[in-house]
Amino acid sequence: MKRALSRTGLAAGLIVACVVQLIPFYITLTTALKPRTDLSSQWLFPTGGVYWQNFQTAIEDGGILRAIGNSAIVTLASTILICLLGALAAYPLARRETTGNRIVLAGIIGLIMIPPLSILVPVYTLMVQLDWINTYWGATALMVAAQLPLSVFLYASFMRSLPLSIEEAATVDGAGMLQILFRVVFPMLKPVTATVIILTSVSVWNEYALSVFFLRDPSVRTTAPAIATFFASQGSDPNAAAAAALLTVIPVLAAYLVLQRYFIKGMVAGSEK
Amino acid sequence: MTVADGRHTRRRTRGGPSTRSPRRTARRETGAPFLRRRVNLLYLPAVALFAVFTLYPLVSGVLISFTKWDGYSPDRTFVGLANYAHLFTDPLVGTALVNTFIYGFGSTILQQVIGLALALALDRAVRKRRTGGRNLARAIVYLPVLVSPVVMGTMYYLLFSYSYGGLNDTVTGLGGERVAWLSTSGSAITIIVIVNSLQFVGISMVIYLAGLQSIPIMYYEAARIDGATGWRQFTGITVPLLQPAFATSIVLNLIGGLKLFDVIRVMTGGGPGYSTDSMSTLISKFYFDNQNAGYASAVGVALFVIIAVFTLALNAYFNRRRLEIA
Repeated sequence: MKRALSRTGLAAGLIVACVVQLIPFYITLTTALKPRTDLSSQWLFPTGGVYWQNFQTAIEDGGILRAIGNSAIVTLASTILICLLGALAAYPLARRETTGNRIVLAGIIGLIMIPPLSILVPVYTLMVQLDWINTYWGATALMVAAQLPLSVFLYASFMRSLPLSIEEAATVDGAGMLQILFRVVFPMLKPVTATVIILTSVSVWNEYALSVFFLRDPSVRTTAPAIATFFASQGSDPNAAAAAALLTVIPVLAAYLVLQRYFIKGMVAGSEK
Repeated sequence: MTVADGRHTRRRTRGGPSTRSPRRTARRETGAPFLRRRVNLLYLPAVALFAVFTLYPLVSGVLISFTKWDGYSPDRTFVGLANYAHLFTDPLVGTALVNTFIYGFGSTILQQVIGLALALALDRAVRKRRTGGRNLARAIVYLPVLVSPVVMGTMYYLLFSYSYGGLNDTVTGLGGERVAWLSTSGSAITIIVIVNSLQFVGISMVIYLAGLQSIPIMYYEAARIDGATGWRQFTGITVPLLQPAFATSIVLNLIGGLKLFDVIRVMTGGGPGYSTDSMSTLISKFYFDNQNAGYASAVGVALFVIIAVFTLALNAYFNRRRLEIA
């Protein structure tokens, strides 16, 4: 009897947690499907059919599709660079543990602590001097600088767990450093690369604290600043803003449905120090 | 950075040619003896990038913080520590500092409590081999982690909005008066803490779940044979063995909460007035709205110092704890 009760309690707790987490998505969905003139409760779905105009407004006035494209460009470029530079940097730091290299690695990991806003003034000044405001390039450079420390840390931890004998054998066979790296080491890094790709692409796709200041022009703006701007400009029309929010969540949701296990695994792997 | 090679017990001259001798000498180094020093060139691209986009800004940010500057004109006046002196007496910074701590510690506490409770519930479900609903529950609780905080803030705004929000719908439906959830600073701060906590509680949950699943079930069985109650098992086995998970989860959540920015900007914009600003949102206001770059930079330096101090202190504390347990 007591055991049955506790089991029901556990299930009830989990169900409550799920319902709470789904409320904002539910409210956004009902809001996005109704016209502004529909004053029925937000908890109810529209009765008179779906009002698709909101999505059209989001795309035409909010430039949401353009923003999704921009996010895709910046995310792809950043993720490729973060994987490549991270793996290259991690190799000597993991394999040649001299005092100097230990200091470099500790310093790089320490960079994870820096909140982006604390260096907003000097970074913005630097970007103005480089004339990189409102460029994919500038945004990508900042995203890479922000996400690379974690990538180096993950690659270095993973490389330490790989056996040395394979690389030694390759050396005996006369392979050069770069050959070993690209033909022997990199192919072994697939699991950790999957983790790095997931963590960094989610972070960059959702990034706002930097992109809101460095990508102001609608032609290069990514999704997070686009949503924030559109929402602020739609003060009296939450329905179109809800539609815009849904549109930007769809790509992430689709990826999550397909790769759910990897997402959660990646997050755990990425957080275990 | 010239570092003595350390590959040989009897050192040659520093920086001398490193011969790859097949002689096995006793090495205290871990790592690959066959790698020459040249391999260090591989981290140059990453270090160069950090130098330009992180370290240089960090240093120039400190320098800017000693000046009075509007952020764009060529004239910067050196004012010494005036910005920092002002910072200690500025009520706006005081409020933002208190809010930053509320966002940081409030979210961290909420996330640990809810995250650990959910992880325990899921772990029980696994050990009882009922995993169908469990995977779905885990996926749903974790879902908001992948959504941009800006979008999350927008969604929750729809719920808490004064005029059309779902929550006030319910309140008026029950015959009550509309509540100004987001334009009263007390409730707005509470709501921001809750929204931030719920969004990232999935991270704590999966970290704790991974920790729980690494505890061998034998320990619990042995404890039960010795007559330990459920609570005694929890405090005697689960909590000590979860130490690494506690460390990871707490440090991650605290850094996230102390630098909170996106959700605040979308839900309240720091308002009413400056009453819900965090240090992060205040920096952007001082810089872009008040053209006060020198002062904004000083607040930035303060925020960096706060986060660094807490992170390093927590890491040191947990490392000591780990040694005691081991």
